[in-house]
Amino acid sequence: MKITEKPVAFYPEFVRKSGPHKETTHYCPGCGHGNIHKMIAEAMVDLGINERTVFISPVGCSVFGYYYFDCGHMQAAHGRAPAVATGIKRANPEAIVISYQGDGDLAAIGTAETLHAANRGENITVFFVNNAIYGMTGGQMAPTTMIGQKTATTPRGRIETVHGNPIRMAEIIATLPAATYVERVAIGDSKHIMKARKAIRKALTNQVENRGYSFVEILSTCPTGWKMDGPDARDWLVEEMTKVFPLGVFKDESDHREGAWHRHVETFEPAKRDAYLGAGEAEAKAEKLPLPAELHCKFAGFGGQGVLTLGLFLAQVGMRAGLHASWIPSYGPEMRGGTANCSVNLSERRIGSPLVDRPNLLVVMNQPSLEAFTGEVVEGGTIIVDTSVVENCPELPGRRVVRIPATGIADEVGTPKVANVVLLGAICAATGAFPLAFVEQSLRETVKKKDLVDLNLAALRRGYEHVRDAV
Amino acid sequence: MSRKFMKGNDAIVVGALQAGCRAYYGYPITPASEIAHAASLHFPALGGTFIQAESEVAAINMVYGTAGMGIRTMTASSSPGFSLKQEGLSYIAGAELPCVVVNVSRGGPGLGNIAPEQADYFQVTKGGGHGNYRLIALAPNCAQEMCDLTVLAFDLADTYRNPVCILADGFTGQMMEPVNVPLARPVPFDHTSWCVRGDAATHRNLISSIYLESADLERHNLKLDEKYRRIARDEVRFEEYQVEDADLIVVAFGIVSRIVYSTVDQARAQGLKVGLLRPITLWPFPSDRIAELSRRDVRFLSAELSTGQMVEDVRLAVEGRAPVHFYGRCGGMVPGSEELLAEYGKILEGGRS
Repeated sequence: MKITEKPVAFYPEFVRKSGPHKETTHYCPGCGHGNIHKMIAEAMVDLGINERTVFISPVGCSVFGYYYFDCGHMQAAHGRAPAVATGIKRANPEAIVISYQGDGDLAAIGTAETLHAANRGENITVFFVNNAIYGMTGGQMAPTTMIGQKTATTPRGRIETVHGNPIRMAEIIATLPAATYVERVAIGDSKHIMKARKAIRKALTNQVENRGYSFVEILSTCPTGWKMDGPDARDWLVEEMTKVFPLGVFKDESDHREGAWHRHVETFEPAKRDAYLGAGEAEAKAEKLPLPAELHCKFAGFGGQGVLTLGLFLAQVGMRAGLHASWIPSYGPEMRGGTANCSVNLSERRIGSPLVDRPNLLVVMNQPSLEAFTGEVVEGGTIIVDTSVVENCPELPGRRVVRIPATGIADEVGTPKVANVVLLGAICAATGAFPLAFVEQSLRETVKKKDLVDLNLAALRRGYEHVRDAV
Repeated sequence: MSRKFMKGNDAIVVGALQAGCRAYYGYPITPASEIAHAASLHFPALGGTFIQAESEVAAINMVYGTAGMGIRTMTASSSPGFSLKQEGLSYIAGAELPCVVVNVSRGGPGLGNIAPEQADYFQVTKGGGHGNYRLIALAPNCAQEMCDLTVLAFDLADTYRNPVCILADGFTGQMMEPVNVPLARPVPFDHTSWCVRGDAATHRNLISSIYLESADLERHNLKLDEKYRRIARDEVRFEEYQVEDADLIVVAFGIVSRIVYSTVDQARAQGLKVGLLRPITLWPFPSDRIAELSRRDVRFLSAELSTGQMVEDVRLAVEGRAPVHFYGRCGGMVPGSEELLAEYGKILEGGRS
């Protein structure tokens, strides 16, 4: 292709542009965007990628990239282009994603997105147009504005101790292990433009070949923002900007990254999801056991005793019995300081509040819980106490107190860790809610480590028998 | 269908996968973190994408990118994180992209605490971000709805090309209940006409929310407004319990609706004719139904975990035809049944307005 031709990746007319002049750009005379756009369009044509390309228009003068390039376009919020690029590339790794950003977009409001996309090694191409000023908003200071440079917001020039120093993004990005290729180039004179052209091509080629994240910083002119004419701007760029922003390759691992950043997208078939999540499996035998009375339970004790799991076991037994069931851990100060509690409801009817403020069954595994919750138990309710832990358990008028040395029994069975299962057995015997055999089957299905099933079944039976025999 | 005992937060991920959501982007925050945990486990296992983003701002913009590809995508957070997503939501609504955003809300303002509150109601239903836009807002009150409304959310998002918010709370997120896992289905929407997939068929499309010409932007905003009117007409969802003969209709959503449901029968046993109206869509709000009910001799009570937010919508719907009362707890304090029953009694006896 001849360099003087208009690349076909540019629209022949910029029809999306408002105003009558559809063949000229909206950029100011002497602005660097025109050169850079053309080099990108040429590379897109030469690599044959314009129909695969998604160009992200940033906030700034180049927001109108979609006027010009014959490719897909998404416009992004200020600074967010690398995140948007990530969302595009992860959704379709075949898309060629170009994030084209100015200095405010990339090095101020979007610093986090810029660094993290590079750090993830997204297989995208970032063109960073650094013109040391905020062009679109009226020539304010940019993160890259140079010391002494006058702008609309540094009318006395940028002062290091007041405004900080110009940020060198290429150098920073090059420190990140996942970045593949980082180079700073310039436009201005034709020698620099030819180097820039090469870098742009390389950065896009890397993406086409799945070599990972490429970052090309392009020092560019903004005669309007700089208050210069075109030729002076070109000279200032080459003579002054390159002193602060040295040109060159800061990192290049292009040759070692072939295919390394290609993310394969597998099929996302409904049948696969159903099998994985167990949807459509034959429903567990709906035994539909009648419940003698609705259970509104609270389980409380120290963290680590398994009170939350105990509640969960009972709720799952209820679900298997075809009942409505709810389980909710406590949100209270008792979550801290080592105590924990949960609420469980079992009912043949739809459950309203999952919170249990007036339990008819309270199971306590420590002294503070006994003291905290016994007052809430309804008249006629049951309190099951692990007397291995709770030493002082008075009689409570109008409430049935079931005493069981659950932790001690668990110890005899094999480990104090199954004290909660001993209590589950005690609950079955005390409430008559579920036949022992049914709970045994539930435990077989619930206990994840299969070598622990027998231990749990033994604990369950011992708890059940202890309470049955006591009655 | 098969039944699984699961947390509300996990049920959201199950619903999302079965709805065909392929990409999850998020940043951890209590009490929504389990959604990210489950997504990080299940999405990659099924060939989808999970990224723990560097911020909530980045996460919602990753959602923007994937949504623009015409692929179902979501993010989830809790109140302070949801605030950070507002910029992205405004852009997504402006560019008319479909996505689902979950807010398992907590106590605020500011850092607040991790206990449940419903004080993000204003933010979710009135815009939150800048400009003329609306989110469709769904308020589940049980684990099954956390799953089912997530599936619905993706369909509504695609139908209207608009972000849909699921406003849950710490309780509905942490609570475990049996859930019937729905069957997965293919996504029935073809987005070729507007999405940008990075292929020949869509490469001339443009996703953008910039309209520099005033007349163009007005046209765009009026087009959005017309869409929001259609949604307001066609997508109102609510549930009623014992409202037909009620002297007091309690309006409550999410976890509070569960507590109120428990009290309706208790109140009637005491001779108080109480009913429950539960908005399932917070926007669009069931204003027409409330207006209809307000045309008889009745009182309303908005019960919320806030200092009074939804009550404003109830009052707007009632337009002064009936007394509207408010009862709220906040900071993680949740009204008990006895507390609510006392309030009903006070309103029906005293007629305090």
